[in-house]
Amino acid sequence: MSQFYTTTDHFVLAPALMLALFGCAILLFDFLLFPNPKDRKWLTMFLLAGEAFCGYGLWRQHSFLISNGIGEITAFQGSLTMDGFALFFNWIFLIATVVVAIVSYNYLEIEGEHHGEYYALILFAQCGMFFLAAGTDLVTLFIGLELMALCFYVMVGFLRGERRSNEAAMKYLLLGAFSSGFLAYGFSIMYGVSGSTKLSDVAAAFAARDPWDPMILLAVATTSVGLLFKISAAPFHMWAPDAYEGAPTTVTAYLSVASKAASFAFLLRIFMGPLSTSRPVWEPLLAAVAIATMTFGNLAAISQNNIKRLLAYSSISHAGYMLLGLIAGNRTGLNGVAVYVMVYTFMNLGAFLVVVAMRRKGIAGEDVDDLAGLMHKSPGYAMLMLVFLLSLAGIPPTAGFLGKYYIFLSLIETGHYTLAVIGTLYVAVAIYYYFRIVKSMFIPEQFEPAPLSTSLGLRLALGVTGALTLVIGIYPEPFLRMAQTSLMR
Amino acid sequence: MMTGVPLSWYLILSVVLFSLGVAGFLFRRNIITIFMSIELMLNAVNLSFVSFSYELKSVNGHLYTLFVMVVAAAEAAVGLAIILTVFKNRGTLNVDELNSLKN
Repeated sequence: MSQFYTTTDHFVLAPALMLALFGCAILLFDFLLFPNPKDRKWLTMFLLAGEAFCGYGLWRQHSFLISNGIGEITAFQGSLTMDGFALFFNWIFLIATVVVAIVSYNYLEIEGEHHGEYYALILFAQCGMFFLAAGTDLVTLFIGLELMALCFYVMVGFLRGERRSNEAAMKYLLLGAFSSGFLAYGFSIMYGVSGSTKLSDVAAAFAARDPWDPMILLAVATTSVGLLFKISAAPFHMWAPDAYEGAPTTVTAYLSVASKAASFAFLLRIFMGPLSTSRPVWEPLLAAVAIATMTFGNLAAISQNNIKRLLAYSSISHAGYMLLGLIAGNRTGLNGVAVYVMVYTFMNLGAFLVVVAMRRKGIAGEDVDDLAGLMHKSPGYAMLMLVFLLSLAGIPPTAGFLGKYYIFLSLIETGHYTLAVIGTLYVAVAIYYYFRIVKSMFIPEQFEPAPLSTSLGLRLALGVTGALTLVIGIYPEPFLRMAQTSLMR
Repeated sequence: MMTGVPLSWYLILSVVLFSLGVAGFLFRRNIITIFMSIELMLNAVNLSFVSFSYELKSVNGHLYTLFVMVVAAAEAAVGLAIILTVFKNRGTLNVDELNSLKN
């Protein structure tokens, strides 16, 4: 180990290294080992082995932080920081990736596009997310973001023969690259003001200047545009419904939770770091964006018949709620964002998994009407979907209630009463469109004879997400503690 | 010191290039042209980084520029592959004709 790659560096980097190694190995050996597409489901096992190594690395870091009683480990001259925040988000990415991977083999076989690259791409995407959550340098963050985004562009267009998938990939790519341009421009101003690419140096340089300085304003504006694109906040949300609808459903599930969680980790790093002293500038701006996001998301979801598109609009509105926690900005608010991201990951994944199960040979199963009679056909799936939808709507005792509770509590603590009222009103709108799905499930209509496409992986994944959605709602203490430690910096 | 050319000139050029890129992205209809506009935006970013780096006598900006180039190249590779599949399935490169997803 040299001075450029110390043992500490290796210790911090190990989880990402494992993901990248296993991803490369899948690319290299996929054709040799599994020439027959039917056998490629064993690649899931390979991916799980990679995730196990990654999880072991994270767990070692976790116990190192606890046993030494320190808040963070920095590596690579301060460009990577492993703290409670990064660990918390990395555990979320790991769970989301495992859940998506174990449901994918069956789905991809039905779609007839079962290729080994898929597994490599989700590993690389997770590797990018690792850097988004742990990066504390503009270069690291930018590379992490692009690594994640490039993998997602390919995955969204994974069904090469299908026009809708191509189109979704095209739109996502163009708008994603456009927003990266804005973000990079903002970063160049940050660098120009501070002369350093480290977030802490940038934060110090920004704190020394007046927040209304034109250079600072330009940096805040361009960086915010880039970041708000990534979390699909209005008015930069246009790509999300198209990308979500056209992508293979398993990819939609992954995109809607992991990519959003990673983008929020990134957003919090930037807004609570370098831009924290510019709060008077961006707070009214973000409040307007959050209101617009909830309005567009909730109102557009009402008239959707395609479930993937409906959930896409609902996920846009959830981004609005998460932004409210950042606007409140106190401990409860940031804690609320962390809890919300965690809860949203499980409930939204679960809802999309039920949509995955609806896809059978010759049946797309993407419309609200396709769920008609599900309660009579397979009550287990219908009950799980009900739990996920209740949770998405924020009704106790499910986990979704907890997420919204902390967000609203923080808004009231900091005196943002108008925002709290508007947010609560939109919960009522959300209940309306979620219950359209519920109503459809409980119609005693005769369902087509084709059985749901189940697999061991899908049942396992649904069990895990369903159980977590209920357990977090009923017994939240350990999960709240986890979210709280994530903010001890 | 930059011989005679002040930093602000470079920054103004970079803003102009960036705005041209944004305008091209918003108003052009051919996917390849839109893609080139995005590359123009990234190059404006590079110019801004390099001029700051020269002015501040710090090497970080140069490094960032190299990474932006790598990202732009990777984006072009993935982007052109996606453009090819779109063209194969539709026979057109006009963004207005990409409308099979409900709006």
